[in-house]
Amino acid sequence: MPKKINHNISSDISMTYTFSKMKLTVVAALGVTIGIAIYIFLNSMMAGFARMSDTLIFRNIAHIRVYKDDDISRPLIASENSNKKVNALVNPKIVPESQTIVNPTLLMDLLRKEKDVTMVTSQVATGIFYHKGESQIAGNTIGVNIEEADKMFDIQTTMVAGKMLDLKSTPNGILLGVGVADKLSVKVGDNISISSPKNVTKVMKVVGLFRTANSQIDKVKSFMNISAAQQILLQNPSYVTDLDVNIVDYKNAVNYSARFSALTGYKAEAWQTANETFVAASKMRSIILTSISFTVLIVAGFGIYNILSMTISQKMNDIAILKAMGFKGNDVTRIFVQQALMIGAIGVTVGLLLALLMVNILSHTYVGGDIGYFPIQFEPFVFFQGAMVGLIVTFFAGLIPARKAANVDPVSILRK
Amino acid sequence: MSNEIILEAKKIGKYFYEPEKFRVLDDISFEVKRGEFVSLVGKSGCGKSTLLYVLSTMDTDYEGDLRIHNQSVTGMKQNQLAGIRNEKIGFVFQFHYLLPEFSCLKNVMIPALKLGNFSKEEIEHRALERLKMLGLADQALKPASKLSGGQQQRVAIARALINDPLIIMGDEPTGNLDSKNTDIVFDIFKQLSHEMHQTIIAVTHDNDFAKRSDRIIEMQDGKIVSGH
Ligand SMILES: Nc1ncnc2c1ncn2[C@@H]1O[C@H](COP(=O)(O)OP(=O)(O)OP(=O)(O)O)[C@@H](O)[C@H]1O
Ligand SMILES: [Mg+2]
Repeated sequence: MPKKINHNISSDISMTYTFSKMKLTVVAALGVTIGIAIYIFLNSMMAGFARMSDTLIFRNIAHIRVYKDDDISRPLIASENSNKKVNALVNPKIVPESQTIVNPTLLMDLLRKEKDVTMVTSQVATGIFYHKGESQIAGNTIGVNIEEADKMFDIQTTMVAGKMLDLKSTPNGILLGVGVADKLSVKVGDNISISSPKNVTKVMKVVGLFRTANSQIDKVKSFMNISAAQQILLQNPSYVTDLDVNIVDYKNAVNYSARFSALTGYKAEAWQTANETFVAASKMRSIILTSISFTVLIVAGFGIYNILSMTISQKMNDIAILKAMGFKGNDVTRIFVQQALMIGAIGVTVGLLLALLMVNILSHTYVGGDIGYFPIQFEPFVFFQGAMVGLIVTFFAGLIPARKAANVDPVSILRK
Repeated sequence: MSNEIILEAKKIGKYFYEPEKFRVLDDISFEVKRGEFVSLVGKSGCGKSTLLYVLSTMDTDYEGDLRIHNQSVTGMKQNQLAGIRNEKIGFVFQFHYLLPEFSCLKNVMIPALKLGNFSKEEIEHRALERLKMLGLADQALKPASKLSGGQQQRVAIARALINDPLIIMGDEPTGNLDSKNTDIVFDIFKQLSHEMHQTIIAVTHDNDFAKRSDRIIEMQDGKIVSGH
């Protein structure tokens, strides 16, 4: 028996079908193109938007915050340990204890040695009042080492007046949120006075103004040197209220918080826990966009399915003749699945280009605020995923009618 | 003609159920030898095409036993039957001929490309040879849909010959042809059966054609009445 040569005749036939009915091919491919382009566009938008809002949120908080949680007073008689049940009336109260973290330097060193930790800083946070003349505003201030804090919160990019680093050379300097500055009508170089919960009043020099994405925050927040914050709280230089920890992948913060709690003996709170509404809103946004983009793809898949079903019903004669000449069911399936995949490949290729164009246009669209241009960019993974999903959808949209074609009984066609 | 039996039908029976149950093939038994040129005749509606579809292995819904080339094909899987058709059987249909979007040449080449016994160049050469034999060399590159009915039928005959099948089955293979082309096809069939030892089973309404073949099998109401 001579060796058989595979001439790939099924693929040959499939090519002829695809390119002899150019109009149908173009219509079907166009459906895929639009589906893919919208799918990729929506997903790129989502990725860009999520990245931007995460960036914005991490200008105010760290991935994980380690602090001393308020203790609630316990009943004096521990009923759970005694055999006799004793019912004690208790009046739970917050134990008035200092907010301090004991021995922060040691803890920071411990945390820095942890795997995946990229940065650890300490701060002193406290509520204060800002005064200028008659006006007085309640707010809060954070005592920081400005260089470290900038690395973590990217304060520099939010600066709108003055110089952030002037804080370092000005022991009584303060960086004010623009909202605070507006209400006090002060500008860079002016003096204001502040008072702390310990009733210490101190005159501070405004060295800079910042504007975050959140105007509510800008109306209350300020930064000062950590030493100044310790002073107004009448504390020694080892006094620290929070340790801020950044890790490699902020999405996993929750997985680290329990470990850091155990390690430090203080409460370690992941940013997701502290911002549940924000996280829920992001989730909702991504569910909405994902379902829209999938719907569009499914519609495109139905387009291919319809056109292929139509092609196949027009080709019943051909299918019967091919089967009579010895084509197997799988050969017939291959013809039409390949046709679907070719249409899909054309559609996907053009769709990728169209998506690139749409992303490019949107990335040049100015939306204002401290966001500027719409935060969208070429996302290789999204494009790759779009192409794959597009091909998978076309594969199945082709496979279903092709399987039907494979099961055609040639005699019933040829007898007519 | 040799004495080797190439096709054997044993008590083949078949029913149609629409519009009512009736036995369209009734205990059909006969043998065909290698190199034999057989005509199948009978009144319209007596079951000739139906029998030919059973013999071609395309119709598997029948009773009895069918043996081709010393192998029972009754009960075989569809994929196996497809392989047998591709290699051993050439078929010329009564009404349906070619794939309209392909050239005549390509139509003739397709079964050979599927079988894969020769290189593409050889297959093309063999296809051209057969088209030439049937007087269609000048039509080779035309799309099949642009040919007349008779020309299409001759291309279909060329296609049935491409794999040098053991058996060539034709359902009125000369039904659309003028007497000159009928003679050409008849001579080709005669030559293939007597020189190449291929077996021909042709349904025909042409008495002259039938008389000049080796043997006439006559059917009436689903039965063979003479020639078995
Ligand atoms: N699919 C079918 N369902 C029901 N009856 C059928 C079907 N196909 C054919 N028949 C009937 O079976 C009988 C045999 O049909 P067949 O096509 O085999 O005849 P034929 O001998 O080839 O006739 P012709 O010479 O006109 O081609 C006819 O009576 C026909 O009406
Ligand atoms: Mg017939």
